[in-house]
Amino acid sequence: MESLNTQITTVEAINSALADAMTIEDGIILLGEDVADPEEGGVAGVTRGLSTRFGDSRVRSTPISEQAIVGAGIGAAMAGMRPVVEIMMMNFATVAMDMIVNHAAKLRFMSGGQTQVPLTIRMATGAGLSTAGQHADYLEAWFAHTAGIKVVTYSSPAEAYGLLQSCIFDNDPCIFIENFIAYAQKGAAPEKNSRIPLGKANIVRAGKHVTVVCYGPQVGVALAVAEKFSAEGIELEVVDLRTISPWDKATVLESVKRTGRLVINHEAVKAFGVGAEIAAVVQQELWGDLVAPVRRVGAPSCPVPYSRPLELAFMTSEADLENEIRLALK
Amino acid sequence: MANRDIPNQEILLEMYKKSALAKINDENARRVIMNGSLPMIYYSPRGQEIIPAAISVNLNDTDSICTIYRGMHDMVCKGIPLEKLWGEYAGKSTGTCKGKGGPMHITHPETGCMLTTGIVGSSLPIANGLALSYQIKNEKKVCVAYFGDAASNIGAFHEALNMASIWKLPVVFVCQNNRYGEHTKFEKATSVAKISDRASAYGMPGIHVDGNDPIAMYNAAKTAIDRARNGEGPTLIEAMTFRFYGHVFGDQDGYMDKEEKSKAMADDPIPRFRAWLIEQAYASEKSLTDLEEGFDKQVKEAIASALSAPWPELDELDIDVLAAAQH
Repeated sequence: MESLNTQITTVEAINSALADAMTIEDGIILLGEDVADPEEGGVAGVTRGLSTRFGDSRVRSTPISEQAIVGAGIGAAMAGMRPVVEIMMMNFATVAMDMIVNHAAKLRFMSGGQTQVPLTIRMATGAGLSTAGQHADYLEAWFAHTAGIKVVTYSSPAEAYGLLQSCIFDNDPCIFIENFIAYAQKGAAPEKNSRIPLGKANIVRAGKHVTVVCYGPQVGVALAVAEKFSAEGIELEVVDLRTISPWDKATVLESVKRTGRLVINHEAVKAFGVGAEIAAVVQQELWGDLVAPVRRVGAPSCPVPYSRPLELAFMTSEADLENEIRLALK
Repeated sequence: MANRDIPNQEILLEMYKKSALAKINDENARRVIMNGSLPMIYYSPRGQEIIPAAISVNLNDTDSICTIYRGMHDMVCKGIPLEKLWGEYAGKSTGTCKGKGGPMHITHPETGCMLTTGIVGSSLPIANGLALSYQIKNEKKVCVAYFGDAASNIGAFHEALNMASIWKLPVVFVCQNNRYGEHTKFEKATSVAKISDRASAYGMPGIHVDGNDPIAMYNAAKTAIDRARNGEGPTLIEAMTFRFYGHVFGDQDGYMDKEEKSKAMADDPIPRFRAWLIEQAYASEKSLTDLEEGFDKQVKEAIASALSAPWPELDELDIDVLAAAQH
């Protein structure tokens, strides 16, 4: 058994979440490009070992056919299974948007609750690897804008494990966003079969001066910035959304009511992003309690560039967050 | 279609019943739209009924179908209850989907009507998924994906056929080639003379059949469904037919070849089937008339019940968007 001191990578955490869920329930199947062992268990090796362990009927490498992959996941989910499909890169979901947006998200409602799609769609992304404009977008706002799907991401290996388990056993379609750079990140091993509830944010650091709402690898960035401010006597409260949609309004509003200041920090393009929705709700709900305008950190409205200096300028940084926090404190 | 085996009387009459009920249901749909008692967006399948009738007599209750916006006949032939169908057409709380899906999204899992999509080509990838589940669970069930000729030009068709073939899924792809995709003629939009020829690109049998010929269509359906059920994999059936009332009911069909249309309507497959059944002594004129009158009464009752049924409560906007809390 793993002890609490065991360190594992995010890839290992996601792999064990899948394996442990598949051990509990036969209806969990994995579909995606290269996911089976003869194809090396996925481009990042996330599903390595699973086809050997659970058989090639349940773990299937697919053709490069995102519509067919997601469609197969939807149909199998409607028939009572809990498929987990892998879309290798978040940008590739664009060619399956009909399946995700018109079908997975809407079938429960359009059928009056007669059918449901307990499907998890894993997809990875992340700027910083010079993969340029079609392999590194953060498209969470697209999915969050569609009613009927949950959008989930994680900030550590144990969080990845617990949130993915919850997605798999949830009765709604879930988009589970992974990050290429954070795949190698190490952290404490999760408790076996532990689940982290969806729709609940996590206050990862308590503070009284400024609330920072973030998710994914940006939680680590916010914690590093919080250390820096702490040395100056300024305490940030860092809220990890965990579930981007539907987001935990209660926790965010309660925190901002106490601190009076909010900075939202995400890697996605700032314009029309997740931060815009949170800012709008907070300003409306807490107008009298805010002591500074809500501020946002996000990427510029520009495709992810290739050239290293351009890419670094495009990506959000600790300095960007620090700067916005200082503006909020003025 | 080489195979001209004539099914037994029971099957022939069952096919006639299904196709006649779909025809009568359509006639009533057009009637209530025209007389203003139930305005709705409606894609008439009139003229195409023999196809799902022949498919459905080869399916079990536990088999499923995924169909499209022009799919009323597919679901009536599969056995969807008329009262619920009409409740949904009317947008009422008594509808299959509580009025939340409407004519383009009729769903009724109890009779195997798993999906109606309003997106061209999207019935196929989802039918694969249902079939994948049947295959993994070894249930010996079959899923039928219905779609039109134009859907064979969208990517989902090609992705779905390829995947079904490599995995030998128990699915049957039934293309109802009614000669027009929206307003554009089949020949103008399609690179092959026969859509069934596309099956060879995916390593599966392609059957080109007169979808208005009940015997030929029955044999095509049986061959494909048996093959799927026996684990031998998918088949693409291209069933040739014609739609009598345009793309969306009420369009002026100025894009249609008038002669082609009048010839097709004069050659209506259902009266033809009816006359043949009487001529071959499978049924009497009176028994079929009684049957049709009974169907018309049933449909009219379903319509009356739908029109007088309550609207959905407005809190339905928040219900079925996500699952009710599980934990």
